[in-house]
Amino acid sequence: MKVRPSLLVETGARTMVPTLLVVSAFLLVVGHDSPGGGFVGGLLAGGALLVVFLSGGRAAVTSMLPVPAGAILGAGIMTAVATAIGGLVFGRALLDAGKLEIDAGWFGSWSVGSALLFDVGVFLVVVGLVSTVLLQLGDPEEREE
Amino acid sequence: MTTVVSLLVAVPLVAVGLALVLPSLALRRAVSMAASLASLVLSVIVLVSVDGGDAISVAVGGWTAPIGIQLVADRFAGLMLAVSSTALFGVLAYAVGQRDTDDAFPAFHATYHALAAGVALAFLTGDLFTLFVAFEIMLTASYVLITHRSEAAQVRSTMTYVVVGLVASGLFLIGIGLAYAATGTVNLIEMADRLGDVDSGTRAGIGWLFFMVFGIKAAIFPLFFWLPDSYPTAVTPVTAIFAGLLTKVGVYAIVRTQTLLFPSDGPSTFILIIAGLTMVIGVLGAIAQGDIKRILSFHIISQIGYMIMGLGFFTVAGLAAAIVFIVHQVIVKTVMFLVGGLVETSSGTGRLRDVSGVLHRYPVIAVLFLPAALSLAGLPPFSGFVGKLALVQAGFSAGQWIVVGVSLFASILTLFSMTKIWAGAFWGSPTTNLTRRPGRAMVAATGGLVAVSLFIAFAGQPLLEVATRAAQDLLTGGAVTIGGS
Repeated sequence: MKVRPSLLVETGARTMVPTLLVVSAFLLVVGHDSPGGGFVGGLLAGGALLVVFLSGGRAAVTSMLPVPAGAILGAGIMTAVATAIGGLVFGRALLDAGKLEIDAGWFGSWSVGSALLFDVGVFLVVVGLVSTVLLQLGDPEEREE
Repeated sequence: MTTVVSLLVAVPLVAVGLALVLPSLALRRAVSMAASLASLVLSVIVLVSVDGGDAISVAVGGWTAPIGIQLVADRFAGLMLAVSSTALFGVLAYAVGQRDTDDAFPAFHATYHALAAGVALAFLTGDLFTLFVAFEIMLTASYVLITHRSEAAQVRSTMTYVVVGLVASGLFLIGIGLAYAATGTVNLIEMADRLGDVDSGTRAGIGWLFFMVFGIKAAIFPLFFWLPDSYPTAVTPVTAIFAGLLTKVGVYAIVRTQTLLFPSDGPSTFILIIAGLTMVIGVLGAIAQGDIKRILSFHIISQIGYMIMGLGFFTVAGLAAAIVFIVHQVIVKTVMFLVGGLVETSSGTGRLRDVSGVLHRYPVIAVLFLPAALSLAGLPPFSGFVGKLALVQAGFSAGQWIVVGVSLFASILTLFSMTKIWAGAFWGSPTTNLTRRPGRAMVAATGGLVAVSLFIAFAGQPLLEVATRAAQDLLTGGAVTIGGS
């Protein structure tokens, strides 16, 4: 028998999940120069997925992910390794970092490091891993196999 | 060349990502095989390059050591990389040919390449902490590979494997902490310089802690108990690559740390005693078993003793012999388990009691088994003979008669237990359970590795020369400096 989660959890999830995702994206972006980064951001996004799982079960998590969890994990590893190899392509060392200075007029000038791309990879790996764990191990009674 | 060395770690990781993203099994197989072949080619290029010239040093991220992480490819690392990627490619071809392994376990290719990346990083790193990371990548992948068939019996026996692995990792981390406290660095070359000033008692303590940690991974006496219980429970390709590679990465780490960080002036009696006990206890364990994979698992332990013996002499000849022996073992041990798997595939069992007459029913399996088994026992003209002869000669010139005698005794027992498998499974009248002909691709993959093992015997002299140069590098501190090559 499937038990519906309490009203509190469902309503709470509705406001918590978007907030958590925005904060996790913020942590990811500022991570290069300030506290944060792909791993922390990924864990927070994973936490958001956990809240979704608690309020809506496997189905809610699956419908929230655009692609299978394993593919997110793989895409993350490839992004991170691509950044590492990027150093080689530009004739530098493995994992060497580059920086792009953007002058956006009114919005100020930003510097975007290739470390951000690496962090995006880490972020995806963590999110992919958390969702794989949730889908594989969470709530065994609901498993289809 | 630094690019090629970097790619040796990067290529398997790209394969991990692709194997997770690609939706169809056929595509995953193709990418996986291509990546493995690419690693093989790259590692041979690196070996040829480092043997002809200087060792290659890579400053990861453009940060020179000791601030950054250094990857170092010298002759020893080059040899290990070449032989390990050969074994990895052969076993992957077997697994793809077998079809069950990656059918039943969608993430097989991703995990397999994660293991390959860990192994490559372990051979290449010039930094103690990165060695820890490499071991963790390798072991975490191995935990997944060994437990994925989650049946009760398998989970029970692999629990030991996982727990022992975690304990060893914990001790390793403590060792790194102690070494860092004593020297203020984790870069191996800088650490080797500074350890000279450290109090000899502290130095010996750290040295034996590392010997124990890597000894657990390498399954030396008395730290081998986890191996024979856990390895045979996995599927054949997984057992084969574990048997061929994982313990040898432990031996590599022992040789690397003992020669670079804790060199001994003369033969180390302690290491030689451990080596002798490992050989004898391992082979005695093998004789008592009645299952092909369990017999072979005990032989892994026994053969580790020979490698440790070569290290224990602390001479160029001894180390060179040990290196040749490791190269031979990686291939032959892998082949033995693959052949064991072929017997199991054809009959459904690996118990010597329940299968006989393979020779008459499927002679091709016997043809593959014989050279590998004789090589394992060390008979000429096979590859084991080259390694053992070099070890015995090194032992004589170091004046270590007793341990050499023990090693020859263990060799005779090895031959005995090989004849036990031969007489049990291959001779006699064919049993009725011999019904499934092993697939062509599996036989071809095994045959390819047998050919490599014959080639090692054929190229024994050049191999010994390369190994001698590698051993000279190891004992003289090599040509590698911090941050440069």
